[in-house]
Amino acid sequence: MREEKDLAQPSQAADGARSIPALLQRNATQFANRHAYREKEYGIWQTWSWAEAEKEIEALALGLINLGVAEGDFISVIGRNRPHFYWSMVAAQSVGAIPVPLYQDAAADEMAYVMDHCGARFAIVQDQEQVDKLIEVQEGLHQLEHIIYVDPRGLRKYDHHKLHRFTDIQEQGRAAYYEFIEDLKARRGKLDYDSVCVMLYTSGTTGKPKGVVLSNRNIIEASKSSAEFDNLAVDEEVLAYLPMAWVGDFIFSIGQAYWCGFCVNCPESAETMQTDLREIGPTYYFAPPRVFETQLTNVMIRMEDASRFKKWLFDHFMAVARRVGPDILDGKPVSGMDRLRYSLGNLFVFGPLKDTLGLGRVRVGYTAGEAIGPEIFDFYRSLGINLKQLYGQTEASVFITLQPDGEVRSDTVGVPAPGVEVRISEDGEVFYRGAGTFEYYYKNEESTKKTKDAQGWVATGDAGFFEDGSGHLRIIDRAKDVGKMADGKLFAPKYVENKLKFFPNILEAVVFGNGREECTAFINIDLTAVGNWAERNNIGYASYQELAGHPKVLEMIRGHVEDVNRSLADDPMLSHCQVHRFLVLHKELDADDGEMTRTRKVRRGVISEKFEDLLVALYDGSEEVYTTTEVTYEDGRKGSISATLKIVPVEVAVEQTAKVAAE
Amino acid sequence: MNDMTPDGYVTEDGRKIGGVIMEMRNITLRFGGVVAIEDISFDIREGEIRAIIGPNGAGKSSMLNVISGFYNPQQGEVWYKGSKRPQMKPYQVAQQGIARTFQNIALFEGMSVLDNVMTGRIRQMSAGLLSQAIWKGRAEAEETENRAAVEKIIDFLEIQHIRKTPVGRLPYGLKKRVELARALAAEPSILLLDEPMAGMNVEEKEDMSRFILDVNDEFGTTIALIEHDMGVVMDLSDRVVVMDYGKKIGDGTPDEVRRNQAVIDAYLGVAHD
Repeated sequence: MREEKDLAQPSQAADGARSIPALLQRNATQFANRHAYREKEYGIWQTWSWAEAEKEIEALALGLINLGVAEGDFISVIGRNRPHFYWSMVAAQSVGAIPVPLYQDAAADEMAYVMDHCGARFAIVQDQEQVDKLIEVQEGLHQLEHIIYVDPRGLRKYDHHKLHRFTDIQEQGRAAYYEFIEDLKARRGKLDYDSVCVMLYTSGTTGKPKGVVLSNRNIIEASKSSAEFDNLAVDEEVLAYLPMAWVGDFIFSIGQAYWCGFCVNCPESAETMQTDLREIGPTYYFAPPRVFETQLTNVMIRMEDASRFKKWLFDHFMAVARRVGPDILDGKPVSGMDRLRYSLGNLFVFGPLKDTLGLGRVRVGYTAGEAIGPEIFDFYRSLGINLKQLYGQTEASVFITLQPDGEVRSDTVGVPAPGVEVRISEDGEVFYRGAGTFEYYYKNEESTKKTKDAQGWVATGDAGFFEDGSGHLRIIDRAKDVGKMADGKLFAPKYVENKLKFFPNILEAVVFGNGREECTAFINIDLTAVGNWAERNNIGYASYQELAGHPKVLEMIRGHVEDVNRSLADDPMLSHCQVHRFLVLHKELDADDGEMTRTRKVRRGVISEKFEDLLVALYDGSEEVYTTTEVTYEDGRKGSISATLKIVPVEVAVEQTAKVAAE
Repeated sequence: MNDMTPDGYVTEDGRKIGGVIMEMRNITLRFGGVVAIEDISFDIREGEIRAIIGPNGAGKSSMLNVISGFYNPQQGEVWYKGSKRPQMKPYQVAQQGIARTFQNIALFEGMSVLDNVMTGRIRQMSAGLLSQAIWKGRAEAEETENRAAVEKIIDFLEIQHIRKTPVGRLPYGLKKRVELARALAAEPSILLLDEPMAGMNVEEKEDMSRFILDVNDEFGTTIALIEHDMGVVMDLSDRVVVMDYGKKIGDGTPDEVRRNQAVIDAYLGVAHD
């Protein structure tokens, strides 16, 4: 019994581990034969135990010393989720350097900005694509000395003076073992709670990215308390598929994984993620709302195509699940008959469906980053998946608030995480402080001061309030996005946009209205959902643009907007934010064009500048507008597309109060 | 190509090309009264990307079919790896290490991508019928070995996500890639590609070009390809043979061919006055 407990929870000795490399040493002895990393390659899950992972990381660390990495150097890590890059980050820490993971799909000049800002001397990258990008911007990066790549394909002919293969660096490290091992041990020994663990650049919806410096204290304390909050144990399975440059992945795949000693599984490629998810069956899973939305859309599309009996079975049991599923999950009393119905449903529908989605074993699931549609959220919960919400940001080492089991709702983000204090300022902005609170912005004292005060309180930039009774935090909008309409009433664009985005046919929406009489919106259709709808209704189209401009599509979207208006009319605070006119954009908003951040948040400023002609047309009474837009392709080349867009007027629902007065 | 020697030459981008691996000597192919190929000679060197281009009906595909042994020319000789090739059936040519893809994709539509690519390994399998049937000993070991080789190719061509998908359900561009995978699975000495970019959009063409270059670079495979898209051909190939009405009208590096008046006339047409 006691031994079992030892296995299930990291022992007290872990309290002595004051850095990620120290946790690695602990895991390599304590969990030596347990799986640390899995990656699907060549169709097979390749596995590394903690002891093996430690050897890999050590060899790499020795190789880095051999290459001349000094303490305090910055090492950029650019690639998709692969064990090699997680090893790279820990190896960098082991030699006293600071890992700086970057978004792999960032354009070359975005990478150049960040690497120049931190003065990275080394970069560990995935493949030829990334090497090419770095070579392209190399002239501006005086500090960059060596590039290490993992996948040698296509790189044979390159000049290898400054270019090294990952396995060669490890090989050199092993060869120089006796030469450098003492140095490595000494460097590792110097690491403590105050030393820098990682530097992550926040994408920022405005301005240039900022380098958030997180210490070992931040990462380990945040990982520890959140792991305890959800009883994460050594036998969890996670799938690492979110961008490595994002703080969430760092916490889940390094912080919590090293703290608890659980296994991180890396998919074969981005396209196989769904298959890999199903093969692994994670017990602890995180996904942004968009992923859940897409999955639900796919399920619904497939159910539309299913035979009538199957469709009936699905509809019937989903109705049962919607009614009693969340209560069963929360352990609330449910009648015996309903329990029986639910377990039948589980046998025929929910079980197989969860398995297909790869969520059959999920014990703790989180979503965050954006608001999630109540229907979407309830759908997963009614299936018996313990999906919860959290609220966090890079500067907090993720966790600000979390939803405890049994207190889960779609419109709140939960209670303050353990060890985190949260307060609301007078003008409604959310502030927090805690062990996970970041140290400073690198080389940006001004921003640091603006964000973090002397007592350690950090401004989130979000407006919110604590709900009476439950004590849960509710986020309304970005504080800076909350504005005033011309008549002085509150304007909360994100709130309206989220309501619009809850329709599967709408991928993105941008609502305007600050300082104006009426609200209007740009809308992006969801190509998968609308395309499927078009096929079903025999609507032919040759391109995204053509589909987006189709009169029937506009008609359908208008219906959705009117639904939103009706629901807004019920809310006395926001009924004046109803959308009066909209247009459907001829292109998808894209991070490559700077319209969204890499984490897919809309950049309002950029959009209203770039599409100024469209915005003007929304307010000057035009019926349609001709526009030409510059687009950037993935390889950085530019082109342009033009289209004539219809301005669609929308019926505005009458406000409740006004209605009463009228009657 | 000033520094061309019998042992090989060095390309503009610094790749070393070896000696002659295949030589066509005075090939003439007739179908009844129609002369498809008339007295054409050229060679293919080890490790190079060799293109055969020409307007419609120039005889390019016929030429490829001569190389692959599907047609036997009435006159002329095919020399392969230093010796004259006797008249052969296509499967015998394949056994010699010449693999191909087809202009009109020829895959097993109902089979998965994986199984399709596995068929390319037939040359590497020798277990007997009985052993295959009871799935013991040699057959089992062979399957594991060949599957590993196939997985490397699947990884290389980035088609992991469709590994288990029936080929019939794939879009055209991916089918072309699967065909390339199957040809590669045979570990050929010479890879013949019949219009690898036909019917593709710009992005798919770029992907395919990348894969062709990578195959050549990574495995050192000699590649002979037929292609319509001049831009692609000029970017990809080391040397180009130009055909028109069954005759060879040009042969050389892309630059040389581009400047060749006969080639320009064939492609742009000449005024008959």
